[in-house]
Amino acid sequence: MSNTPLDLLKLNLDERVYVKLRGARSIMGTLQAFDSHCNIVLSDCIETKYLLVDGILQNEERESEMLFIRGDSVTLITTPEEE
Amino acid sequence: MLFFSFFKTLVDQEVVVQLKNDIELKGTLQSVDQFLNLKLDNISCTDEEKYPHLVSVRNIFIRGSTVRYVYLNKNMVDTNLLQDATRREAMSERK
Repeated sequence: MSNTPLDLLKLNLDERVYVKLRGARSIMGTLQAFDSHCNIVLSDCIETKYLLVDGILQNEERESEMLFIRGDSVTLITTPEEE
Repeated sequence: MLFFSFFKTLVDQEVVVQLKNDIELKGTLQSVDQFLNLKLDNISCTDEEKYPHLVSVRNIFIRGSTVRYVYLNKNMVDTNLLQDATRREAMSERK
């Protein structure tokens, strides 16, 4: 059945996922597509960008209905925490 | 090859590309290759105050490796087709 790490990701197609990216960014969205480079397409996503302003952590959010993410920015993909 | 085919279906549609240096460009996708290099036409910079040097650019070639995101509209994508294609690609890559 599932022998490779990417097969695990296949189980998350059409499910909500949390993707962590390089450069203090993360995205929550519904997984629509991925490949072996971790290129990803998410729908109904919220991107969170974390910023340090005068030593205080702030975050900026941005919503988009469909988003392609290039795989070289991706650091991890997981299922979101229960809301 | 999945995303090469995916981007080929998006040719002639308007997309917003965000690069890894935070520059954001809106334009019509003209062509794409296997490295996901992109050619955009009728460029408009989404934040012209931040990037005044790009205001006069109308046509651009983007090296695929510099891309962070491509923002799309929902109606450009058949999500069922895309999910099936992903499953098929995952199967065929296992050797």
